[in-house]
Amino acid sequence: MNREEQWMLPEGVEELLPERAAVIEQLRRQLLDLYASWGYELVFPPLIEFLESLLNGAGRDLERETFKLTDQLSGRLMGVRADITPQVARMDAHSLRRQGPSRLCYCSTALRTWPAGPGGSRIPYQIGVELFGHGGVDSDAEVVLLMLETLQHSGLEGVTLDVGHVGIFRELVSRAELGDDDTEALTDTLVRKARAELEEFLAGRTLPDAVNRALEELPWLAGDAARVLPRARELLAGMDTALQALDELEALTGRVRQQAPAVEIHLDPGELRGYHYHTGCLFAAYVQGLSEPVAKGGRYDRIGRVFGRARPATGFSADIKLLANGRRAPARTGILAPHAPEDTTLREQVRSLREQGERVVQALPGESAGPGESGCDRELVFRDGRWQAVSVKENGG
Amino acid sequence: MAQRQPLTIALSKGRILKETLPLLRAAGIELLEDPETSRRLVFETSRADVRILILRATDVPPYVQYGAADMGVAGKDVLMEHGAAGLCEPLDLEIARCRLMVAALKDAPEVTGRVRVATKFVNVARSHFASRGRQADVIKLYGAMELAPLVGLADRIVDVVDTGNTLRANGLEPVELIARVSSRLVVNRASLKTRHAEIREIMDLMEAAVRERREEKA
Repeated sequence: MNREEQWMLPEGVEELLPERAAVIEQLRRQLLDLYASWGYELVFPPLIEFLESLLNGAGRDLERETFKLTDQLSGRLMGVRADITPQVARMDAHSLRRQGPSRLCYCSTALRTWPAGPGGSRIPYQIGVELFGHGGVDSDAEVVLLMLETLQHSGLEGVTLDVGHVGIFRELVSRAELGDDDTEALTDTLVRKARAELEEFLAGRTLPDAVNRALEELPWLAGDAARVLPRARELLAGMDTALQALDELEALTGRVRQQAPAVEIHLDPGELRGYHYHTGCLFAAYVQGLSEPVAKGGRYDRIGRVFGRARPATGFSADIKLLANGRRAPARTGILAPHAPEDTTLREQVRSLREQGERVVQALPGESAGPGESGCDRELVFRDGRWQAVSVKENGG
Repeated sequence: MAQRQPLTIALSKGRILKETLPLLRAAGIELLEDPETSRRLVFETSRADVRILILRATDVPPYVQYGAADMGVAGKDVLMEHGAAGLCEPLDLEIARCRLMVAALKDAPEVTGRVRVATKFVNVARSHFASRGRQADVIKLYGAMELAPLVGLADRIVDVVDTGNTLRANGLEPVELIARVSSRLVVNRASLKTRHAEIREIMDLMEAAVRERREEKA
């Protein structure tokens, strides 16, 4: 390995330099304040846990996304969290044990064995909220609206909200009486909306007519709710769970349209992202120029059961590094105080400016102001018998 | 917010381009210049809101996957090799048909143990042999696969076969079918949601043209 290679970071791993770090930290604080104002309490799940508890009830994909190591103390396998949602679900079910709804939020880094999506990070800085203890459209709507408000705070515009529901496909699969391998193959085909493979799959099996027709059309049954819903109801006539899923979708999109009218809604009953894990509505926010959703979530009612307590659950999460793309770095400002360790009035003035929220850099011998390294646009000069902050330009650079 | 980018379609030169252009024409999209003679890479079309990129065939999936192009046309062989993660394949264009095959020297004996396979479809070859429970040493080559068995570099090759003439001319024969190949319309997953109406319109018109051509042939 040559000297240059020693300083390389692993693939999908990044560091954040001051400018980006400032944007992200500012956004993190604003978002956590926003969540607090909606009643969501901040939690810090542990970085590492025993693998069983980390993967309990989570989808299969999570297992392969998780870095594992052996605990030298107990001999058991531990995993570094690849997703924070299941940890928060465990905390709700096991550690908190509240009776009523419980609103939790978090902001921490996770670690993945491979990046989520093309060009993605292996260390997402995950921010999100989870709402436990209520099933139904009201809690889904609360979470979706908070997700949209998150994007708005982040300065992301032109958002498309994609909404789906796993209940439709689940009913079709159960009516088709497909085995595990077939379900897996069909899921993969539908996720890729691969029409030729779908037709081939259906031609090779004799499924009930209504199921066949619905599966054939499901991937293309997407777009504006007013167009999609009536056709979907026709196709799924007599399938009660699927129809109920459509009712939920209609109620949810109606609520969003009413309370966030500027958002474009794309209804996609055939969307199957996180199919193994989710149990109801799915939602994701897309912005132009990104091929992965910038925030996503959905209902996952089953997960609490494996932690000993079935609790309805819904929530969303986002990588705050992606959210921050909508923001520009704040201008670097500050005041440079000259090096004069014996000057008590100067020291007083520095303290008072800092208390007012100013960034004051106490110069070291030889350090000067300017847009360069210290990033100070003003400096303290002794004028008219007192210390005054004057612009660096005014003072002759 | 920034002005909407034109809808970007990625195509590759040669057979796919020639056979895709009539389908695009059916969707009201015509190139203003002949890409086979031009050195350009980005082409304007008869629609101000649509532009076309001309790429190497194997580069179409990553362009669409990363969203640098909203949609594109790629052979199933290229898609299988790429893995097609994050892509939608909503339409079989039924053009540039061929077969992805395993071939060997005529009357070559069965290989026991590890089989050496020369191919440019490394991932396809690996998963094909794995699915049959066979260990394979895959050798990546960029062209002239037929040579490899002749000089003892490999026991088998994996390649696309159209008429089979090149195989025969080199004393080879196809031994196993991996997949039937034709070109697919591929769409970026995010574009399919954020630009649904525009893409859907083009897709539907192309689909009608594909159907019409199928009926003409029948």
